[in-house]
Amino acid sequence: MKYVDDFRNPEQARKLVEQIRRRATQRWVLMDVCGGQTHSLMRYGIEAALADCVELIHGPGCPVCVTPSDAIDAAQYLALQPGVILASFGDMLRVPGSQQTLMNIRARGGEVRFVYSPIDAIELAKQNPNSHVVFFAVGFETTAPATALAILHAKKLGLENFSVLASHVRVLPAMEALLQDSECRIQAFLAAGHVCTVTGYQQYEQLIQRFQIPIVIAGFEPLDLLQAIWEAVGMLESELPSIVNCYARSVRPAGNQQAQATVDEVYEIADQAWRGFGVIPHGGLKIRQQYRHFDASKRFKFEQVMPLASSMGHDICMSAEVMSGRIKPPQCPYFGVQCTTEHPLGAPMVSSEGACAAYMLYHLRGTSIS
Amino acid sequence: MCLGVPGRVQQWIDRDPLFARAIIQFDGVARECHMACVPEANVGDYVIVHAGVAICRLEEAEAARIFEELDRVDVLGSTAKDARPKE
Ligand code: SF4
Repeated sequence: MKYVDDFRNPEQARKLVEQIRRRATQRWVLMDVCGGQTHSLMRYGIEAALADCVELIHGPGCPVCVTPSDAIDAAQYLALQPGVILASFGDMLRVPGSQQTLMNIRARGGEVRFVYSPIDAIELAKQNPNSHVVFFAVGFETTAPATALAILHAKKLGLENFSVLASHVRVLPAMEALLQDSECRIQAFLAAGHVCTVTGYQQYEQLIQRFQIPIVIAGFEPLDLLQAIWEAVGMLESELPSIVNCYARSVRPAGNQQAQATVDEVYEIADQAWRGFGVIPHGGLKIRQQYRHFDASKRFKFEQVMPLASSMGHDICMSAEVMSGRIKPPQCPYFGVQCTTEHPLGAPMVSSEGACAAYMLYHLRGTSIS
Repeated sequence: MCLGVPGRVQQWIDRDPLFARAIIQFDGVARECHMACVPEANVGDYVIVHAGVAICRLEEAEAARIFEELDRVDVLGSTAKDARPKE
């Protein structure tokens, strides 16, 4: 397929691996910010192929993983309210809150549906005029345009039975928080290609100025990632940190301004709790006052959900260490033992973008670049 | 959610600025997607879709550039400046 197969050419990938090896005079530590990139790096064996010259640590770019358990608890509470249909992305259904998952809530009679797009939840509201549909919105800057658009649709259609429980996060403040950590080992970032598609990359200049860190915007195919690593290693070797856009077919310097305007109309920047990180200043988005009618956190009064007798005990999950790159998934004592993709103990094993799931799927299987 | 796959714009359904929709052809599947953030896309263009909403139109010329770049990597890789082989 166009824009896919070309970027998976194994011969060119092997050449790039060779060139990266030759370029690196020491083993550099790079963080791939986005969970989609983590999966590609594992799936195509890039991490293993470069292990001697680049250490790839995996960042917090899995939206499902960083959604705080309070938000999941709130979604569960809403799902149990009479007349409420709670809709969200498929991965959110299996992620534990403080006690249980939305799947458990569904088993207890809660109305929980999964949708592909927030705008599908609008259809659900139209089809169920006697219910109130709450869309549980999680995600980075990539997903915010879709939920903002859903709210704008609801407003235009005059839908009374639709609202959004928003838990949106912003990547840049999280990258900044990682760099401020005194134990930070990150020497360069592979920035998330689709986040930058929406936001552009001018805002990264300040990070480069402040922390003297090279940033390369990377796509998701093997050649995209390898080229980005090649550029990052080049900047590290030359000690000239800058920003390089290796995903220019999708990312423009100023991003998608139409998408930004859509988000800006509905949301404003706010401090936000990240699971495993705590509150990150300016780390999220909240629904603006003029759209409060569509803000589930304003329309409902929240109480605690009663825990299941057999609560999941997932507090043992080491997701904070995994998502900040302090440990690799196999270093978690539960990895592959008590915690598997079939029986996940934490979000990074549930999510299709979670680092633990990536290691479980590809690391053990020993995939390779050929 | 973030594994945006490229798809080809097959047919516009609605060009209203807010409710814009088009049929997008992905590898083997056609799907209706929202186009409010990429109103400039033409039939035949490739877009990236996230959570049902197109977030960009892919630039063919830029896509080609990576391969030119790869040729450059080949050349550079063999020069003394960049080739610092490890022991
Ligand atoms: S392996 Fe399981 S328990 Fe360990 S960090 Fe990953 S998700 Fe959490």
